[in-house]
Amino acid sequence: MELNATTIPLLFFVFVLAMFLGVELIKKVPSQLHTPLMSGSNAISGITIVGALIASSREGGTAIATLLAVLAVLFATINVVGGYLVTDRMLEMFKTKAKDGGKP
Amino acid sequence: MNPQLIRGLGYITASIFFIFGLKMLSSQATARRGNRISAVGMLIAVVTTLTAMEDIRWFWIVFGAGLGCVVGVLAARLVKMTAMPEMVGLFNGFGGLASLLVGWSEYHGKWAAADPVSLFTTVAIFLTVLIGAVTFSGSLVAYGKLSALIEGRPILYKKQNLVNAFVLGAIAALGILFSVQKLDQLSGGGYALVYLELIAIVVLALVLGVLSTIPIGGADMPVVICLLNSYSGLAACAAGFVIGNNVLIVSGSLVGASGLILTRIMCKAMNRSLANVLFSGFGSAVGVKAAGYQGQANPIAPADAYLILEAAHNVVFVPGYGMAAAQAQHVVRELGELLHDNGAEVRYCIHPVAGRMPGHMNVLLAEANVPYEMLVEPPDVNPTMEMVDVAIVIGANDVVNPAAKEDQASPLWGMPIIEVDRARTCIVLKRSLNPGFAGVDNPLFFKSNTRMLFGDAKASIASLVSEFKQ
Repeated sequence: MELNATTIPLLFFVFVLAMFLGVELIKKVPSQLHTPLMSGSNAISGITIVGALIASSREGGTAIATLLAVLAVLFATINVVGGYLVTDRMLEMFKTKAKDGGKP
Repeated sequence: MNPQLIRGLGYITASIFFIFGLKMLSSQATARRGNRISAVGMLIAVVTTLTAMEDIRWFWIVFGAGLGCVVGVLAARLVKMTAMPEMVGLFNGFGGLASLLVGWSEYHGKWAAADPVSLFTTVAIFLTVLIGAVTFSGSLVAYGKLSALIEGRPILYKKQNLVNAFVLGAIAALGILFSVQKLDQLSGGGYALVYLELIAIVVLALVLGVLSTIPIGGADMPVVICLLNSYSGLAACAAGFVIGNNVLIVSGSLVGASGLILTRIMCKAMNRSLANVLFSGFGSAVGVKAAGYQGQANPIAPADAYLILEAAHNVVFVPGYGMAAAQAQHVVRELGELLHDNGAEVRYCIHPVAGRMPGHMNVLLAEANVPYEMLVEPPDVNPTMEMVDVAIVIGANDVVNPAAKEDQASPLWGMPIIEVDRARTCIVLKRSLNPGFAGVDNPLFFKSNTRMLFGDAKASIASLVSEFKQ
């Protein structure tokens, strides 16, 4: 997106609304789920991979700019893939427990 | 279709998936599906980005993403459940590093081309680099502390806050100098200098991340992990402002806000302010020494502990970091089942800040297949604590320390605790009488209704289990 006097306020608008939404979404989480919630939201913060992809292929980008961006792709991918898998692994255990729920 | 339109629609779809995913993560029944939905959202965001890009450097992208996938999959598959806190901390650090690199790469491109850059963009780059670097080095320190690679106790030195303030001030000053430069109007010397300013900001921010995390003790780690999680979201958000990308801003701020909420929940559970956690070096060796409780601890042998448990009708387990360290969750579940078969009501009371990560104990007990319904929170147990025959404290310390209610001089004063000292009998499993991670003495050990079962938690519980089976 071109950054100018029209788009910049829009970006802030999106930012503020998303902050409020984030607070409302997480307000009532049972403490049992704090860990999966944290590692799940941690995986979402790997969204920076989008920025890394864009930066890696910028036209006329110098070698160093590309190298930095490729490193960013690498680390963001670890964050995303590892984060989602670890969360899934944790929640899988919670699932088994729900199945045995009938047992006291 | 117009690539702008494809991108807009794709990013909105991804954001909807993230929002639903987070919403579903906050309920037991839907959590796993929620996580998968959020992962699909991520896939949509990545595919959309690639679709709308021209001249993609495929080789490099496949190289970076491929290697990242291999490392991520291996790390996630191989990590032990007990090592989960440090793993999450490390992934978080990588997220921060990625944002730092994105900001840097963007700036390098603009710098090399001497592009005219607006003040808005340079400020956003400054913030991305700053928050990303603090997240990265702070998470590495947290990782080191959690995996016991470095000293877990708070590391304090004189004038610590002064040094931190100086580093922060230097970063702010450099940030202003860096942001006001107009790249297309700079001459030779100034042109090189502005890049050096960026490097200096990165280095100082990395130092700041280390300095602000080392004084925080192991028991406060849940707060720090939450806070760093929030930072990594804000770093992604700032990167979104650099490249003018909505999906980064939305997802980054969702994570930032949720991390802040969790941080607040953790602080509340300890009855402390965030500032107090961050700046006080809580529980440090050089900190205030409370009364220095003296008295006679009553040791007990497993055979005698068995006799007490055998006669109990109402048992509450209170797990803490010691259970994780001894990997005792499976034998604990076994003992719980035996007690239940013996006719006792068995519950597991989990303090919000027990362990090294929010919800740490819940994850471990879930791994050991302890039914969800048996897990309770302190307010469920405290009012009826007199009815509890035996409270078994497994490697928990500060969260059961009665000094929080009795001793105004104690650093724990005012923290909501699990009041096991009011149970009829309290059996404490512990290696020694040494104070806990926070370094605060615990008068619980010297109460007349407390029995100390010394030794490794796993071995002690296992011997109780074998007593029951005989």
